[in-house]
Amino acid sequence: MHSFKAAQAIALTNSDVYCHSQSPFYLRGEEGGRNGARFADLGELEQSTGSGFHHDDAVNLSRSSMYNDLKASNVSVVSSNNLQFGGLNNSLGSAEMVSSGTGVDSSQFMSHKGTIMAVGGGGGGGGGGGGGMGNGQFENWGDSGVVADHSQQTDTSTDTDDKNQYPGIHNERLIDMDSLDQLKGKIGDQKALRRLAQNREAARKSRMRKKAYVQQLETSRLKLTQLEQELKRARQQQGMFVASGYSGDHSLGGNGALAFDIDYARWLDEHQRLINDLRSAVNSHVGDTEMRLLVEGVMSHYDEIFRLKSIGAKSDVFHMLSGMWKTPAERCFMWLGGFRCSEVLKILGNQIEPLTEQQLVGICNLQQSSQQAEDALSQGMEALQQSLVETLSSNSLAPRNSGNVADYMGQMAIAMSKLATLENFLHQADLLRQQTLQQLQRILTTRQAARALLAISDYRSRLRALSSLWLARPKE
Amino acid sequence: MQYQSESRNYYSSSTTGQGGADPLERVVRLASGSAVVIFSVSTCCMCHAVKRLFCGMGVNPTVYELDQDPRGQEIERALSQLLGGGSAVPVVFIGGKLVGAMDRVMASHIGGTLVPLLKEAGALWL
Repeated sequence: MHSFKAAQAIALTNSDVYCHSQSPFYLRGEEGGRNGARFADLGELEQSTGSGFHHDDAVNLSRSSMYNDLKASNVSVVSSNNLQFGGLNNSLGSAEMVSSGTGVDSSQFMSHKGTIMAVGGGGGGGGGGGGGMGNGQFENWGDSGVVADHSQQTDTSTDTDDKNQYPGIHNERLIDMDSLDQLKGKIGDQKALRRLAQNREAARKSRMRKKAYVQQLETSRLKLTQLEQELKRARQQQGMFVASGYSGDHSLGGNGALAFDIDYARWLDEHQRLINDLRSAVNSHVGDTEMRLLVEGVMSHYDEIFRLKSIGAKSDVFHMLSGMWKTPAERCFMWLGGFRCSEVLKILGNQIEPLTEQQLVGICNLQQSSQQAEDALSQGMEALQQSLVETLSSNSLAPRNSGNVADYMGQMAIAMSKLATLENFLHQADLLRQQTLQQLQRILTTRQAARALLAISDYRSRLRALSSLWLARPKE
Repeated sequence: MQYQSESRNYYSSSTTGQGGADPLERVVRLASGSAVVIFSVSTCCMCHAVKRLFCGMGVNPTVYELDQDPRGQEIERALSQLLGGGSAVPVVFIGGKLVGAMDRVMASHIGGTLVPLLKEAGALWL
């Protein structure tokens, strides 16, 4: 809180002093009954959520039109029954007191007997004054005489440009000068005045900067939500197109891919959240039980994606195998619809050290067995492809001959049944991944498992980031 | 890998009687005949994967191709029942004991129980 020393005991916040230029009479004081440190919050962002102008109670007399969009939280109502300037009181007690020329309806000024309303210097970004003034929340200046800051004069003298900005205040300013002329004589410290003016200037500038920044943030936030909505709409439309393209039963198949994509996106968000929790737990050295709970949480969340994948495979196995739901880099290096188990263990590297002898043996065995299982499944897939080639390239399919139509259909039926095994391969691959993770958890201690999960997750999110970087790279 | 025709085994041990033998009994008998026994279908790719798995480990399994067997269908049905429905092949027996289908085999391998089982049955030497 800036306090202002003047001839009289005045409690004023420095930064608000400038506001005189916007209102003829400006009083500020300690945070009486209001939320504490409100004035100190000047320049901080206002958390106003549209409390709007409390037209009944307060008027936002922020000095620039920029502040207009801000909610009326900038208002600080000051009342004092102890004004030492009776003249002021009289002249300013009327309803047509101040209009800052910002479009505020001055007729909504409250004029209370002996009370004067003034506007808090709208904190940059509308923070400052804090939430809209509630009814009757007037500052009580107590017994200290509240004086319109003498610096008001300085203000008017130094802020000549303000006069131009706020034409509406001209008249009021003149009134000010007359009534405050008497103040001039009372306070004569020019240096202090200049300093104050400079402070005010600086404060005002920073508030304006902050206001501009906040506005930028607000607009980009709005844009973001708009984009999200558009995306959602587009996705829904896409889903509708797909659905309408198929008849009855197939519509589910068409939507299976889309449904999985949406589920996967949601799963990924949840996964990130769990991983972040785990990370903060690892960094803050929580107890073992809590750590184990977190690890279990991540592991069972992995189970969830395998479950989703098997549902997705039932409706659209090619979509799952194509990896279109992954980012390009992930897709390139994936194996049978997901990550490679043997790769996972290599990712861990030395992050899970130190390992006991037994653990080391276990890890080596896991590496070897996962590699062997992977190879077996890969060879199975190759055999599948080979047999499909044989079936589809069979001679009986070639020439268009009525006698061969039956053969054709027969071969196609065989090919169809071979394709049906794709789902089984995908299923086995996912089981392999799931079991590798589970075995890893069995071998490692809780803390090691936590670090392992973090390492795996980090690797995959970096791979995703790599995809984005690659896509955004400047093309020669 | 040794491919055996089931009928040959059947004839060689035909003392128990002809076609009345329970397919499940036959399965058990065949399974006990070797350290590692795989029931397969020649065109099945998953069976191929299982075979590759064992060969990759250095094991020499005995394979019965049920589609090349006159009574293969019965055995397939029996195996399917044994596994509780679903596909009958591939099925793996080690040391005369049922291990299961592909998923069980792989789970056991990842879990580290397959290799000791193989060693116990004498199919694998370190």
